[in-house]
Amino acid sequence: MSKHYTEDHEYAFIDGDIATIGVSNHAQDQLGDVVFVELPEVGKICEKGDEIAVVESVKAASEVYTAVAGEVVEVNSVLEDAPQTVNEGAETVGWFIKIKITNPSDVEGLMDEAAYTAFIAE
Amino acid sequence: MSDNLKTALHDLHVELGAKIVPFAGYDMPVQYPLGVLGEHNHTRQNAGLFDVSHMGQAILTATDKTTNIAELFETLVPGLLISLRDGQMRYSLLMAEDGGILDDLMITRLSNNADGFECLFLVVNAGCKHADFEHISQKLAGQATLEILDRALIALQGPKAAEVLARHLPDVATMPFMSLIHTKFNDMNLVVSRCGYTGEDGYEISIANQQAIEFAKMLLAHEEVEAIGLGARDSLRLEVGLCLYGHDIDTSTTPVEAGLMWAIGKRRREDGGFPGANIIQQQLTNGAFRKRVGILPEGRAPAREHTEIYSKSGNKIGEITSGGFGPTFGGPIAMGYVATEFADIGTEVDLMVRGKARPAKVAKMPFVPQNYYKPKS
Repeated sequence: MSKHYTEDHEYAFIDGDIATIGVSNHAQDQLGDVVFVELPEVGKICEKGDEIAVVESVKAASEVYTAVAGEVVEVNSVLEDAPQTVNEGAETVGWFIKIKITNPSDVEGLMDEAAYTAFIAE
Repeated sequence: MSDNLKTALHDLHVELGAKIVPFAGYDMPVQYPLGVLGEHNHTRQNAGLFDVSHMGQAILTATDKTTNIAELFETLVPGLLISLRDGQMRYSLLMAEDGGILDDLMITRLSNNADGFECLFLVVNAGCKHADFEHISQKLAGQATLEILDRALIALQGPKAAEVLARHLPDVATMPFMSLIHTKFNDMNLVVSRCGYTGEDGYEISIANQQAIEFAKMLLAHEEVEAIGLGARDSLRLEVGLCLYGHDIDTSTTPVEAGLMWAIGKRRREDGGFPGANIIQQQLTNGAFRKRVGILPEGRAPAREHTEIYSKSGNKIGEITSGGFGPTFGGPIAMGYVATEFADIGTEVDLMVRGKARPAKVAKMPFVPQNYYKPKS
């Protein structure tokens, strides 16, 4: 699996032709307690950069964009009843959606884990 | 370095690891490491300590001994003040001539000062304090003088607040709700009011700036007490249906529209004598076109401020003025204004959240029962 991050603190973890999309651990820490996550329908076709989810914390609503294009093949339904799962493990149990990638080169230009760690330390 | 003002407790917030945000010209703690949800729940179950030093505190004193200060101040607010006893406090509204609300405030009648002059203690919102004090000084020029106090204000709120504070200040245990006492702790002169903005029992303590951190630390040393930021302060007040000035009430809303008729005394409704009284009386007789109501979104998506409210037939009927997640309520809650014909409890409406109509209902407030102190009889 390869890990990729955007400057907006979303991640795309790539395993074969499936990308797991969510918000980074740093992002959940900045958001504070998550109280609601709005997820897309399975089957939705999205372009790179499309808004695919909204995460609401006790503070505000934030849009989540996908770093890769493709078809939504799975959503993390756990988040519907237990949105705080995002705080408990943003990059593990708190993932948002899985996308079947149409264009593997979408991840080019995204940050790898080391680059992202340096980015958020700035 | 920010150009914002800092309260006397600022260094303590930093020491406690608070996230600091700009608010009404001050650097204020929005949350501590416990987090907004944890802080909210802690206040509902135990006791929370809030820095509210950014709020404006002032003493209004009559300029001659024949002036009844309560009667004089009634010319600016619609509350019944003349009947206030020494040390009794009241929530009221600073009114504009067109019936709008310049600010909401707490007014306490104090015993006469050392020279025998009557005075009132005023606590106003941070964002309005300069304008409020200017307005009051100007309107009452020659009849009263306003002394602005540069003191810290610490709120201790929650079901354990009385027990904790009484360990240091035994006098506070049986104070009536909405009353004030002057008391001393060691060399600290304290002005303690039993009131608050969380729906819980609690106090606001006015204290000299240089003693504020020591006093706050003494309270925080009790295991029942946690420091609470502005984030939880907002969800706590929203759950009990209290208005936030600049959001739920402002110069464009009247007390009648805002459902604050209870803050207008019966005699004042009939006799008027405050700015905007003719408009208020007209609205009391004929009804207002819109009304502040509680709104419960169905499902779990919160509806934030400025979310548009639609009737089931698709007409825009109002807007959310405060909305978020109620941790104690356990779901999204909101308040806002709707056209009066849609203001009945249970009316079904739609909220336009991110371009999608989401069902909601007009609901009774408070969303969580208020838990104010009642003396044991």
